[in-house]
Formats: sequence, C-alpha cells, structure tokens
Amino acid sequence: MDHLNAVGRSVLRPDGLAKVTGRALYLDDLPENGCWHGTTVRSPHPSALIVSIDASGVSDPDVKVLVAKDVGPRNSVHLIHDDWPVLADGRVNHVGEPVALVVAPALARAQAAAKAIKVAYEAQSPVLDLEAALKGDPRTGGRLNVLAKCDVGRGDVEAGFAAADVILEGEYSTGHQEHVYIEPHGVIASPTIGNDGTFAGVDVVGSLQCPYYVHKALTYLFDLGDEAIRVRQSVTGGGFGGKEDYPDMIAAHASLLARACGKPVKIVYERQEDIIATTKRHPSLVRHRTGVKRDGTLVAMDVEVLLDGGAYITLSPVVLSRSVLHAAGAYSCPNVRIHGRVLATNTPPNGAFRGFGAPQSLFAVERQMDEVARTLGLDPFEVRIRNAYREGDVTPTGQVLKESVSAVAVLERAKTATRFTERFAENEAARGARKDDGKPLRGIGLSVFWHGSGFTGNGERRMMSKGAVRLRADLKIEVLASSTDFGQGTEGIFRQIVADACGVGLDDVVVHTPDTAAVPDSGPTVASRTVMVVGGLLSRAGAKLAEMLRTFAAQQAGMAPASVVLRNGFFETERGRTPFADVAKRYVTLHGPLDATATFEPTPGSTFDEATYQGDAYAAYGWGADVVEVEVDPDTFVTKLTRLTTVSDVGHVVHPVMCAGQVEGGTLQALGWGYLEEMKMKDGRFLNDRMQTYLIPTMADTPDMETILLENPTAHGPFGAKGVGELPMDGGAPALLQAIENATGYSLSRLPATPERIFEASRRQKSS
Amino acid sequence: MTLSWSPKTLAEAREALIQGATKVAGSTDLLVVDHATGSVRDSVLNVLGIEELQGIRVEADQLSIGASSTFTRIRESAEVAKHAPLLKDAARTIGAAQIQNRATIGGNIANASPAGDSLPALLALGALIVVSGPRERRIVPYNAFHTAYRKTVLGPDELIERILIPLPAPAVQVFRKVGTREAQAISKVVVAFASDRLDHRILANVRLAMGSVAAVPVRLHEVEILIEDNPLTPELAARAAALVAKSITPIDDVRSTAEYRRHVAGQVVRRLLLDLLAAPPA
Repeated sequence: MDHLNAVGRSVLRPDGLAKVTGRALYLDDLPENGCWHGTTVRSPHPSALIVSIDASGVSDPDVKVLVAKDVGPRNSVHLIHDDWPVLADGRVNHVGEPVALVVAPALARAQAAAKAIKVAYEAQSPVLDLEAALKGDPRTGGRLNVLAKCDVGRGDVEAGFAAADVILEGEYSTGHQEHVYIEPHGVIASPTIGNDGTFAGVDVVGSLQCPYYVHKALTYLFDLGDEAIRVRQSVTGGGFGGKEDYPDMIAAHASLLARACGKPVKIVYERQEDIIATTKRHPSLVRHRTGVKRDGTLVAMDVEVLLDGGAYITLSPVVLSRSVLHAAGAYSCPNVRIHGRVLATNTPPNGAFRGFGAPQSLFAVERQMDEVARTLGLDPFEVRIRNAYREGDVTPTGQVLKESVSAVAVLERAKTATRFTERFAENEAARGARKDDGKPLRGIGLSVFWHGSGFTGNGERRMMSKGAVRLRADLKIEVLASSTDFGQGTEGIFRQIVADACGVGLDDVVVHTPDTAAVPDSGPTVASRTVMVVGGLLSRAGAKLAEMLRTFAAQQAGMAPASVVLRNGFFETERGRTPFADVAKRYVTLHGPLDATATFEPTPGSTFDEATYQGDAYAAYGWGADVVEVEVDPDTFVTKLTRLTTVSDVGHVVHPVMCAGQVEGGTLQALGWGYLEEMKMKDGRFLNDRMQTYLIPTMADTPDMETILLENPTAHGPFGAKGVGELPMDGGAPALLQAIENATGYSLSRLPATPERIFEASRRQKSS
Repeated sequence: MTLSWSPKTLAEAREALIQGATKVAGSTDLLVVDHATGSVRDSVLNVLGIEELQGIRVEADQLSIGASSTFTRIRESAEVAKHAPLLKDAARTIGAAQIQNRATIGGNIANASPAGDSLPALLALGALIVVSGPRERRIVPYNAFHTAYRKTVLGPDELIERILIPLPAPAVQVFRKVGTREAQAISKVVVAFASDRLDHRILANVRLAMGSVAAVPVRLHEVEILIEDNPLTPELAARAAALVAKSITPIDDVRSTAEYRRHVAGQVVRRLLLDLLAAPPA
C-alpha cells in the first residue's frame, strides 16, 4: 500500500490542542443565551404505583411542571420496543425513574420547585436481581419476566457429550458496571416556533454518541417530520456506550420542557444523578456444560446466558444477541447450543456499554476453559491453542471464517512475549513452597477472545448507512458523517482515511460536526463499526470524488482519464503535475461544490437468517490475547496489577498511537470491572452513587503495559482495518482471575474479584 | 445569606464561637456533604487565618502541631518526619495531592469519621488536643476525644487549637492502610502501632490503634497488654491477631464487609509483629 500517506501514521489529532488547553466547549460550557433550566423528579421506589402527584406547593409563577399526561400519546423512548416511558405513567419500575419534569429561568428555582412537588406512592414488592428474577416476577403473575430471548446452535450437543471423556459444569456471574465518562449527560433543546406561533420542532445540542437515534426518538415523541428536529453533537467527554441510549431520554425531557416554556432548556446531570438514573452494563449469570476429550479438544458446549435487563427493554435484545454470539469464545467446537434470555428487574435499565454483552459471556467461557485446563492438568495456553479458531473453521451460527482469523497468532505472540507457560508453572510451584514471609504472591493469567466488528447479522443491511464527502468552495474536502468523536479519535481517523482515499494531504480534509441537518445518517457510533463500516463508506465516497476530479482534470488537459492520477495532493500525468488546489479551484469555479456519497453494500454471498440465527454474524472479527500479571498480598488479599501484555489484531491500523490508546484504556476498564468496580445496591438503590464510593482504577493502579498490534487485514474495511473500540473490554477480567488463581490457588467465578471475595474463597477452601 | 468570619486571632474568633458558627478549614469534607444534602450553613467561621492554629514546632517535651496545618505541611515537615513518622505516613495516604493541600489535621479530627486516616496515628502517638472556647482553653487526651459515632467532646463554641505529641516519641512506629485502590481511596482498615523496644523480643508502652473497625477510632488495650506481657514470637503474633479480631466491632458498608475487616485487621497486626521480629533493633 505505497499510496498511503496518512493511514498508518500517528498524526496529530485535530481536536487534541483545544481539549488539553481547556478551550474545547463541552455542553455545560456553551453560551446559555437566556436558556431555562430543567430538573427531574425521580422515584425513590424500585416498584410502586403512583397514587398522586401534587404540584400545588410550587409557588414560583414562572415554573412549569410536566407529568406523564403532558407528554402526549407517544410517551416512550423510541428505541427497539416502545416500553420505556419518558415520564412514568401510573407506576414506577426502578429507583430514579423520571416521574415529573420542572423548568424555571434559573436552576435553583427549578430545584426548589422540584422539592415542593409531592408524589404519593404505593410501594410494591420489587425484583432486584437475577436470582430473584429467576423465581418469577409479580408484574407477570409470578412467571419469568423475559425481555428478550436468543438461541444459537449447531451440531448435535447430546451426541457431543456422549463422545466426551470429561464433562464439566460451571457457573459465572458479573455485576453492574458504571461508565464513568468524564462528562455527565447534558443537553440543550431550543424550540422552533412555526408561522402560526405554535411549537414546530426542536434544535437539540448534546453530549451524545448517536445523533440520528435522538432524532428518531424526538420525531416519534412529537409525531413530527424529519425536518422539524435537528440534533447536533457538542464536544463530548466520553461515552463508552453510555451515550448511545440515554441521550434519547434526556433530550426528550429537555425538548418537552422547551415546548412547555417556549425557551431553550438546558439539563445537565450531576455525577450522582447520572449514576442513579442512567444505564449500566448488564449483570450476568452464565452457566456452562462442556464436553472435552482427554487432550482438551472441545466436543460439546451447552451454554445458558442470563442477563439482567433492568426495568425496561431498551437495547437488551441486541446486547443479548451479541452476548450469545460470543458465548462460545474464540474456539472451534462441532456441537454447540447457546440459550440466552434477558430478565426484567426493578433496577435502572441496563444498556449499551463497551463490549455490549460480549465481555460477560467471554468472561464465563474463558473461566470455563480454565476449569477444563485445571481438570485435565493442562496449562491455560495449551487448552486454548488446541481449540482456537483457525481459518476455515465454522462458528456456532455456521459462519465459515474465511479470512483475517488471528486467534492462534495472538495466543502464540502473547505466550512468547511473556514466557507464559514457564512463568505460570513457576508460580504454581512457588505457591506450593510458600513461606509465611508476607511477600506478595505472584500470578499470571491468559485469555483469548474475539469481537465482531459492526452490527450483528443484518443490522448493517437494514440500516443502509451513508457517508459523504464534499469538495467545498474553499477547496477543503469535507467529511459528512454522523459518527461522533467522544474521545476515541473519530475525527482524526476520518481525515486520514479520506485523505488517502482521495490522494490529498491531511490538511485538505476537514470533518463536519455531526448534525442531522447537515450530514447523512451513517448509523450510530457504536459496535466497533466506525472505522470499518463508516470509514469504508467514506473511503469509497472519497475515491468517487477523486475519480470525478480526475476525470475533470483529464478533460481540462485533453487527456484520457486513466492517464491522470491524484496522489500526494497532486494530479500527475506524464507531462507533469498540478497541485490538487488548482484543479479543485477550477472545478468549483465552473461547477460549484462537488459531492460524493457512498451507501452500505453488503458483502456479496453473505447471508444471515434471523429466524434460525444462522449465517454470517459479522463481516469481520477482531482478535485479542491478554496476559495479566498480579501480586496478591497474602494478608489482605489486595491485588496489585503489575504488568499487562495485550496482543490485538484489529486489521490494518489507521493510527497506531490512538489504536494503542483504545487497547490500553479499554483493557484497564476491563480490569477495573474485573477486580475493583462494584455497584452495590440496597432496596434497589445504588449505594455507591459517587466517584468517592464507585472506584475505578487511577494511574497509580495502572500496570506497566506492553501493547502489541498484529495487523491481519480484512477485505471488509478501509485499507484492511477492522474495529477496535470494544475488543479490549473482552479479555482483561478472565485473565486477571486466572492470574489471581495462579497466585493464590483460589478459583473465583464472580466479578469483581475484590479482596473480600478472595477472602471468602480462602475461607471456603479452608473449610472444605 | 451565610454569615462568615475570618478572624486572625482566637480573641477575634470569640463572637463567632459564641454564636455557634460552623467551623471550617479546608472544607474538603463539608463541601461534599453540604452539596449532597443541599444544606446551606447560617454562619461559618473560617479558622485558616487564626495565628494560634498555625505552625508545626517542637516545644520542650512535645511536638506541637497547629490544627490548621494541612496534610501537605505535615508530610513535608522535618519535625514530623523526625518525631512522628507514623503521622507522616498517614498524611501521605489521605485523599489526593489536591486534598492534602486543603485538608487540615484539625478538620480530620473534628469531622470525626471512623475512617479518618490520621486519627489512629494520633491515638498511637498518645496525642493531646488543645481545645479553645470563648472563655477557656482545655487539654483533652485524644483517646477521650471521640465519644460515639461522629460525636466528640468539642462544644459548639469550641475549636481545636493544637495537637500535642509528647516527646520523646516511641521508637517503633508503624502505619498500615488497607484501601480499595492504590490512591485516593477511603480506608477499609487503618492500623497505627507505636511502642518502645527494650530488646529484640520485648516491647513496652505499646499503643495499637485502628480506624474503620468501630464507630470511632479505637485503641486496642487488651491487645496492647498481651504484646507488652509476652516476648515477641510467631505464636504471640498469631494470638494478637486472634485477639484483634475479637476486640473490634466492624460493620458491612459500601467499602467492605465486617468479616473481611475483622480478618484483615488481625493479619495486619500479626504481620507487623512478625516484621519486627525479623528486624532486630540496630
């Protein structure tokens, strides 16, 4: 790929300077221009009937109060199913559920009014976790309250078990995880007034990942045409999936208040409100039954995946689908059955979070493989390499892995980079010969994992995303896409891809801020799809634009189009070269701006049947292996992360520094989930609703990292790139628990592996 | 409207004290609580400017620490490092650098959280608290200062003026904090140990204090006596650990469990005794 000048280089990111110098304007920094302030009255109960809402105590004449009946007939967040009320109507299903909205010219006045609103509830008995949900839900007459189901399978599982030498069972569970994006949720909604003086729509600016999701939710809510709603992204301080679904809700609230008061309305959550009210990672309970041959070869896997969906469906069906599709791990097995369900509880709805269900099911299968290794006396590497996917292998959906399969490569590289096998054995031996000297116990652990890039199954086909580029009058090539940059570097990556697709310099390319009035719908910024899918669209659009300009240049020169090349910012012919800007200027002077658009095109021959869940689940997969090293204090069971080695194949790397940043940050987030981050709950209320009590790793907790990027390109992404955003969330936790087991001899099956849980495991082991 | 005073001397603070103004120093605890609860104080007395509450100095037979000394000052003080390394070690683990720049030792004491990191250190060092009111100044032994969960002997019209640590300070001083993460974590268990060392195996004047294991920071007198009465051996360390577990009354809370705290408090004491045994005095 000798024509690549930008892709593959760690060029300066365009948003960096403004962010590190504090000049970037996040939502709460934007000029308020006389906007009013909204606040939310929330349920203190996990399950209750709303008996009455009394706002007669509100004396402030400017204040407006909205309750369910003021929302209108379409009182739901329009996501997958319309079951999530914008304002609770008649009953509440979780603590923190919005019951009433208040707006006033000043925040303090809105807050004072909110305090004066009296809501009477009749509390009902709640279902607070999966264990309770499995016993049945009073809301569904004591039956299981199933929000979504998903089943996948291939081969004959019973025949597989019959042929197995050993059959092992295991049960694994994980808890809630909070996103802790640096910037909490925030939005400003400005009403537009029609010629007849009535409400005609809203212009929303917000900290969000998916402008067209918000657009869709608001056109539904107000039953207005596409043109009536405009959604723009403000500079966004992190998302991790948390700003995929919930912006629909807060934007709906601000827009309803804007309609009520006729003024722009701002709502910004404080950290505590954000933690109490917004979505989290789904807690999970995964059961495995695994049949293996004595040498460790998998012959049958029977997996049950249960996710805690919280109070409403939100994105749970698609989270479950990804969870199920990754549940057999990066392993080939001829007979697989995976049965997935999401159950309802009276807790805030769980939603999108980096990894989207896959980290939960991959944690379980990786711990189950450790169980296989332990039982058969193999080391963890051995049992993994034996079963890891090779090219030509078939997944549980019957997908033949035809290209860019790196499970073996990442495992081998991780092993040699860390001397894994020797060091694992050394630690096992040291544990047996351990002295009572208080010295930390050393452990090392390994995991292997995969992550499908882009939407599952027919998701991309259904969306038919578009990406566009435009040669503007100022001779810049502008990228038009709805993909948002919330810290991960979208803007810079798009410039690189388009610069190389067109054959121009980086400085010739600019990126339009996502704005539904100005950019096409290139789909949401989720599912590790931005580089591979949207980048692919932009690369095609860029090539089209270059082609049109090349044809124009050839015409101008009286030459055949094929004899002109646009490369490195110059139109080159055998006669010499002309700067890009000269030709571009001539073009826009004669014809005005030039647009080129690309629409998603499915891979020829690729199919997915949603009824049977068979076919090509993802166009391409990223592959990873993590090696986590720890020291565990023998007295306090406190785990210190000492070293992390990651090997990732995300195809051709567009920007090495930012790619490594994704891997390192994502893996640290996975490790935080693995040993530190724990949402504790009492009576349906999160106890650690502040950053003082919900602890994430600090720099002092961050291990030394070696980040190895293997590049096994795919035919399905621009310049061979696959997705990187979520893969790093998948492997940290299981490798960490294996390392803790290697150090202490205690096998944990529940996240997070806190010192308290290791202590409990030590007690169990002592007593058994 | 909040009334506020920023006096330069205790005499000037008299009126504010009589009116029962809320005393504030770094406000690192107060602001968090008030923000969360939406409270607004009627009147506040900023103690940071009061001369008598400032400075760290050695006076004859005591180390005298002004109540408004920040933890940064304490951790950087040569006098504290020389005489009370236990307190320096505690100061280093409190919050983040920004918190240490604002938070004061007087505030840590008056806030009276059972998880306050400097408090067990002060107990182990046998500190005395100089308390000043509008009419009189009194000295309270620190081990009598905390009366119940978040309750102290401090009257509404009194403030903490200085902390006195008797000298010579104990030869052996050990601080251990078990937190949730490496930095900026409130403790699950804090252990402060101080003693004199008569020879390799004989410890005298043992003071063992803990935080986050009871409603107030506590001294473990029975364990102290056990250690004083017996030569240091691995068996003694194990017995001490068992007695620690019996002597404390930890709870389950958002940070940890009672069972874990009980176990770990004992293990930390056991380990520090074994470490002393392994390292004979020079």
